[in-house]
Amino acid sequence: MASLVIAEHDNASLKDATHKTVTAAAQVSTPVHVLVAGENCAAVAEAAARIAGVEKVLLADAPSYARQLAEPMEALLLSITDKYDAILAPATTTGKNILPRVAARLDVGQISEILKVISPDTFERPIYAGNAIETLRAPEGKKVITIRITAFAAAGEGGRATIEQIVAASDAGHSKFAGEALSKSERPELTSAKVVISGGRGLGSAENFKLLDSIADKLHAAVGASRAAVDAGYVPNDYQVGQTGKAVAPDLYIAVGISGAIQHLAGMKDSRKIVAINKDEEAPIFQVADYGLVGDLFKIIPELDEELSKRGYK
Amino acid sequence: MKVLVPVKRVIDYNVKVRVKADQSGVDLANVKMSMNPFDEIAVEEAVRLKEKGKATEVVIVSIGPQQASETIRTALAMGGDRGILVKTDQMVEPLAVAKILKAIVDAEQPGFVITGKQAIDDDANQVGQMLAALLGWPQGTFAHSLELADGSARITREIDGGLQTIEVKLPAVMTTDLRLNEPRYASLPNIMKAKKKPIEEKSPADLGVDITPRFKVLKISEPPKRNSGVKVSGVPELLDKLKADGVI
Ligand SMILES: Cc1cc2nc3c(=O)[nH]c(=O)nc-3n(C[C@H](O)[C@H](O)[C@H](O)COP(=O)(O)OP(=O)(O)OC[C@H]3O[C@@H](n4cnc5c(N)ncnc54)[C@H](O)[C@@H]3O)c2cc1C
Ligand SMILES: Cc1cc2nc3c(=O)[nH]c(=O)nc-3n(C[C@H](O)[C@H](O)[C@H](O)COP(=O)(O)OP(=O)(O)OC[C@H]3O[C@@H](n4cnc5c(N)ncnc54)[C@H](O)[C@@H]3O)c2cc1C
Repeated sequence: MASLVIAEHDNASLKDATHKTVTAAAQVSTPVHVLVAGENCAAVAEAAARIAGVEKVLLADAPSYARQLAEPMEALLLSITDKYDAILAPATTTGKNILPRVAARLDVGQISEILKVISPDTFERPIYAGNAIETLRAPEGKKVITIRITAFAAAGEGGRATIEQIVAASDAGHSKFAGEALSKSERPELTSAKVVISGGRGLGSAENFKLLDSIADKLHAAVGASRAAVDAGYVPNDYQVGQTGKAVAPDLYIAVGISGAIQHLAGMKDSRKIVAINKDEEAPIFQVADYGLVGDLFKIIPELDEELSKRGYK
Repeated sequence: MKVLVPVKRVIDYNVKVRVKADQSGVDLANVKMSMNPFDEIAVEEAVRLKEKGKATEVVIVSIGPQQASETIRTALAMGGDRGILVKTDQMVEPLAVAKILKAIVDAEQPGFVITGKQAIDDDANQVGQMLAALLGWPQGTFAHSLELADGSARITREIDGGLQTIEVKLPAVMTTDLRLNEPRYASLPNIMKAKKKPIEEKSPADLGVDITPRFKVLKISEPPKRNSGVKVSGVPELLDKLKADGVI
């Protein structure tokens, strides 16, 4: 039959989590279709149509999809799923919110946050904070899957998919959007940045946490944090890297004043190179770090900033 | 209004699990088991609702082996009123957990269900959403804060871009995120009192739910190992190495 990918977007731009999900979908079932549900999101549908390997884009443009709330999205998906044998979404907070509802209504289990498609019915996924990898085989029937976006390469551009408008499904209206407070940043997104610099409790305050900014600017890095730093209010929740935050896998991950609890490691140990800066040489973070710098971060961070400037990073 | 809180007995979050050599699973012999941390947050929230006079009764449910009754006791010591143990020694997939919970909701008629956002063993992040869908109820997942009004709930959610607030009609399902509250420790007198609180036992069959697994686990393996690297002498050496690796 075909697979359906739920596009990740904010009505204005398409996120590359979608391109990555398309890669996974093509390994499960082809052709690949992409659903763009939102409000005034025609530009997003056009961008989706340019993803290589996508045959068709379904566009559901209606006020009820403006925020992709779970209940109307469930109704919309159920109105089209009979044409698909696989439904996939990135394991973002949007995908995780919607897809289990669809799975339950289709009476199938969901396969959460896969790392690899071994064959169209066999998948690898992390369990126990990534300390074990489960290989599981799904039964016959529809597959509902979320993917770990850092584990798949993004599908390229160059596609010329057709765009088909689809009608909104009716929804009971039991939920409504009431506001948001989004972090604004000019920096790359945590989950797609090539360099991530994260701070932990060792930073000591929201004020001190800003020490990382200048280095992030020079390296075009995203800024992340441990749970302890978020709980202490140094940075907002969307900075949290880890088992129950975001999973990242940049080329370079710099952990500053982070001890390296298993829950934190779960979210960053697939990074290509890891640097740890910590004053405690016994800190578990050093067990996964390629390069460790033992010392006071309040001395090392300014030094690092200065040395980067000297070497021409701006 | 009655509030239902499902709690799962999981390997303690401090334990580093070991994969069995034959790849049949992880070694659970003699490891410390505790309540899923997100479920502690769910229990705390429910108990606070009762303390504020917004909930009349807090019912705790767990699905699992006999020992899961200890997890229920812990929740009762935190302030839950009574427990239901759906006893099974089999593995129960999230969809089956959701179906069992639906059967309990049908019988108990709570106005609000609070689950954890994910269980830290299987990390599925499914049960709350599945339960809501099976019931035809709205949901507020990854809750950061909650305001309960008459007939509706205002839930602020932790999302990838920051925070989002939604309003859902009751009855509804909410799943907890880390910063919703800080769970209390049960006091000794409350632990003693909890011993007298009732726990009813049922089986999945009593509830008419087939829990036969749909998925086949082929193996549980170790993730790729990272070799611990080197300590560098200082910032210049660090930057030289990163440059040589081509990552800066
Ligand atoms: C259910 C659950 C889910 C969780 N999910 C996550 C998650 O997703 N992500 C996550 O990160 N955590 C998570 N945690 C929390 C995790 O267990 C740890 O508590 C947390 O990661 C610790 O953060 P930290 O390393 O910043 O703080 P700490 O462990 O306190 O470490 C601070 C480090 O800073 C160092 N330091 C202090 N001062 C300096 C200085 N001046 N110079 C250099 N180094 C210094 C110290 O040596 C120490 O190693 C979770 C926990 C639970 C129970
Ligand atoms: C073949 C197979 C192998 C398995 N192997 C293991 C294993 O090695 N170890 C293991 O622990 N489990 C194992 N399981 C069990 C199973 O993976 C989970 O218990 C089940 O899938 C629920 O997923 P979850 O807890 O991650 O759900 P999530 O959706 O992550 O849980 C969210 C919330 O749902 C509620 N909830 C979930 N489960 C229960 C429950 N049992 N009782 C009450 N409330 C609950 C809690 O509020 C929880 O916070 C296996 C299952 C199968 C089919």
